[in-house]
Amino acid sequence: MRKEDMIVLENKEIARDIFEMKLGGLLVQDITEPGQFLHIHTSPQPFPLLRRPLSICKTNKAEEYLTVIYRAEGEGTRLLSACSKGSTLDVIGPLGHGFPVSDVSPGEKVLLAGGGVGVPPLYDTGHALKEKGVDVTTVIGFSDKGTVFYEDPFRDIGRVFVSTADGSYGTAGFVTDVMEKEKLAFDRIFACGPVPMLKALETKYPEAEGCISLEERMGCGIGVCLACVCHTRQDPDGSDYRKVCSDGPVFPWKEVVL
Amino acid sequence: MSRIAVELPGLSMKNPIMPASGCFGFGEEMGSLYDLNELGAIALKATTREPRFGNETPRVAETAAGMLNAIGLQNPGLQKVISEKLPKLKSIETPLLANIAGTTMEDYEEVAADLSGTGRVNALELNISCPNVKEGGIAFGTDPSLAAELTERVKAVSSVPVYVKLSPNVTDITDIAKAVERAGADGLTLINTLSGMKIDRKSRKPLLANQAGGLSGPAVKPIAVRMIHEVRRQTQLPLIGMGGISDVEDIIDFIIAGADAVAVGTANFTNPFICPELSRGLEKWLAQEQYTHLYDLQPKEVHSVE
Repeated sequence: MRKEDMIVLENKEIARDIFEMKLGGLLVQDITEPGQFLHIHTSPQPFPLLRRPLSICKTNKAEEYLTVIYRAEGEGTRLLSACSKGSTLDVIGPLGHGFPVSDVSPGEKVLLAGGGVGVPPLYDTGHALKEKGVDVTTVIGFSDKGTVFYEDPFRDIGRVFVSTADGSYGTAGFVTDVMEKEKLAFDRIFACGPVPMLKALETKYPEAEGCISLEERMGCGIGVCLACVCHTRQDPDGSDYRKVCSDGPVFPWKEVVL
Repeated sequence: MSRIAVELPGLSMKNPIMPASGCFGFGEEMGSLYDLNELGAIALKATTREPRFGNETPRVAETAAGMLNAIGLQNPGLQKVISEKLPKLKSIETPLLANIAGTTMEDYEEVAADLSGTGRVNALELNISCPNVKEGGIAFGTDPSLAAELTERVKAVSSVPVYVKLSPNVTDITDIAKAVERAGADGLTLINTLSGMKIDRKSRKPLLANQAGGLSGPAVKPIAVRMIHEVRRQTQLPLIGMGGISDVEDIIDFIIAGADAVAVGTANFTNPFICPELSRGLEKWLAQEQYTHLYDLQPKEVHSVE
């Protein structure tokens, strides 16, 4: 982990309120797994005070840049969307544990399930899997046609299915509806998206092998403040816990209470 | 002689800066980022007799130049703090201020006796001001006679100096300060967070699961400075000041107001390297301004520590 002023190389809207930002810096060399995240200060002023956690989408170590994708929604992400090329951002990272690509064997069938701004960390994950000779299928869900992104980039990795909640593009419904309709079979599943989506997946595929990546409000991002904790399934009412920032954000299937 | 070294009861500090309780865990995570020997002291996360999960999430909410938190004193409990957390701090020389909390006076006594008995803890910080737990805690911090009784009882069982952490959520903070001084406190730490609330407009409910939370960050600094200024004039006790400190100028303000040392809280979350950066920055500033020691900043008639 390091703290670095990264250079904004590109920052563009790729779908409605969805921005792709390319950042350059040494920090890129420290990334060890797809699914790790950055903690970004969106303003040099004390408002917004806290950093914003954003998953790393794409890593290019040779050219020393990475990309993050975010929805300009609140004060912090709106400030981010206004950052121009050549400006710098105070970033700490890479943080957390990503998807355990090293556990997957060549030839395995892996399903990537993503929802909304939960889609980005699956991109690097998919690439790493493809490089290993894994058979990757991607199912990504969005609210409507205007917010769909990265359908084409995922096609370079394998088959892609898209759903929209309002039916304006792809299959009408959710990621789970597509999986049922297409009767998608898999040996392992890696998922990232809103909690209702992750809950639906764990309920429909209780025996599956795989991992989920969680999003949570964070303070420090490095495991100190205990803002982003969740209960474990083994001890749902007790004092056992996991920290989303430093134990996660990626957790084994059904390890934590959603 | 160092411009920034300070001596407080139980705490021999090479610089006046410590991370505040709850903003540094038990030092493990930050210890992997920098050498903890660079710190003046470390205030550990609150320890209770039994393990506590704390409150449900959301536990933090951002506000204008500040944040609300309602963690709820999550900690692994007295036995694990002694058997697992303190041993990991054995290799560093930085003095430790162990924050203790409870729901009954007996809880505080037991935690105080056991933690002070470990030999690794240099002083205790009585947490009678956490706004985020339903029972105990804050009740001791808002009633001067209860605060005094608890201080006296903890002093009787502790083998190390006892600091009392004061709540700003009272009508007159000096009443509590004077009461615990009379009861034998060795020092005061102030201020804890201010009780506040943020509304989630979508759900039309309080955003935090606990509803209310403690406000911290730059937004609370003027309140902290005012309270330290008031307490300084009413007690002889050493004061560890905190509340929104995020740069060297803030530390100078606290020292002028009457603090003998300072703690940095929320700023650790925005910049994990803030404490060592501030101690280097403070030393440099004092040298530039040709002060031989930090305390030369204080008006003579006010500073009451020997």
